[in-house]
Amino acid sequence: MSTRWQLALATLLMAATAAAAPASRAPVPAGSFETILPPAPGVTSASVRAFAMDRVPVTNAGFARFVAAHPQWRRDRVARVFADAGYLQHWASDAAPAAGSARQPVTRVSWFAANAYCEAQGARLPTWYEWERVSAADKTRADARGDPAWRQQILDWYARPAGGPLPDVGRGQPNYFGVRDVHGLVWEWVQDLGSMMVSGDNREQGDPDLKKFCGSGALSLEQKDNYAMLMRIATLSSMQASYTSTTMGFRCVK
Amino acid sequence: MRQVILGLMMICGALAARAADGDPPRSLYHLDASLINQSGQPLGLDVYRGHPVLVTMFYGSCQATCPMIIDTLRATERAVPAAQRAGLRVLMISFDPQRDTPAALRAIAAERHIDGARWTLAHADAATVRTVAALLNIQYRQLPSGEFNHSTVITLLSPRGEIEATTSSLGHADPGLIAQLRE
Repeated sequence: MSTRWQLALATLLMAATAAAAPASRAPVPAGSFETILPPAPGVTSASVRAFAMDRVPVTNAGFARFVAAHPQWRRDRVARVFADAGYLQHWASDAAPAAGSARQPVTRVSWFAANAYCEAQGARLPTWYEWERVSAADKTRADARGDPAWRQQILDWYARPAGGPLPDVGRGQPNYFGVRDVHGLVWEWVQDLGSMMVSGDNREQGDPDLKKFCGSGALSLEQKDNYAMLMRIATLSSMQASYTSTTMGFRCVK
Repeated sequence: MRQVILGLMMICGALAARAADGDPPRSLYHLDASLINQSGQPLGLDVYRGHPVLVTMFYGSCQATCPMIIDTLRATERAVPAAQRAGLRVLMISFDPQRDTPAALRAIAAERHIDGARWTLAHADAATVRTVAALLNIQYRQLPSGEFNHSTVITLLSPRGEIEATTSSLGHADPGLIAQLRE
């Protein structure tokens, strides 16, 4: 075997190794950060282990491949207990998205469907803390949340009227971790949706509703001036796992 | 004659299988969940298919609310007429895959004198716990201490797995739940 061939083979092998940790997911190192959802009373920082996150939200095309392989998740076959009547209602047919929407983020998927999609990829939905860690980054900083200009930029997105088709995924700049479209495109499901036990009334902070919650009671929120994150939490905590929404998509982590 | 009976039995078996496929759209029994009971036997969420069943989630090391959950389930059983009580079943699924092993659940069942013929304490892995909790609309989170913070919901499922009533009140039998059970 000539050196040149050996070199080519080595390159191929390296490419194969790289494919094992797919380029579609960005590695996020372990770390701790100040969270908006305190893990326990008096504890304001959360830590996450290293994980790899999909660089872009799951697209209509990606979800169509999943539905083809797992027909129990087709619009016409899904059990209503797992997805409400809005499930994939914007698709052209029971199995195919509308023409031209292949690269748009899939929306109108329930938590159960998103969870099943990620499991089928050998992955899972991100936890809130994983999502929050990635969402704290801007282009150059792992945690840009203290910067008023950055916060304003996110709020401007929320202020923009919805309507018209969603943009394709991947148009946004990659953030510090190499993840795109964390802000500015869709809301995203998290794995621990059921852990968002936010009290409806923050005045209950020292008076947990023991009837409803065993243990230390409902969470109280930190960083009350971080409106963008508070809106995320409010949206997620208002959703049940079978609900679908025109603005709720998802991505997976491993 | 024997062949006819055998044939009939096979048809009945086929019908039973089809009934499972044809669960109502909102039946929780669409979920293919792997649970393990206090005797170490694998079972599904539909372990009590065909019976009305009270389903709830708990964790064994809980000192405060969880003993009350068992007391509340017992009070609910006592509040229904004996004829209906005989058909009623109870399924308690643990939030805590690490500590609530089948052996730990067996110890709880023994300590609380739980009737294993009509009650199941079930272990499930973390992914199954999340999905079942989502179906039952139960909120929970594990605290850094290892304790679980959770909402307490007791759900009455129909024999085909549909939610018929729920209650969050503890310490006494919920009148709404009892009314539904008497029907």
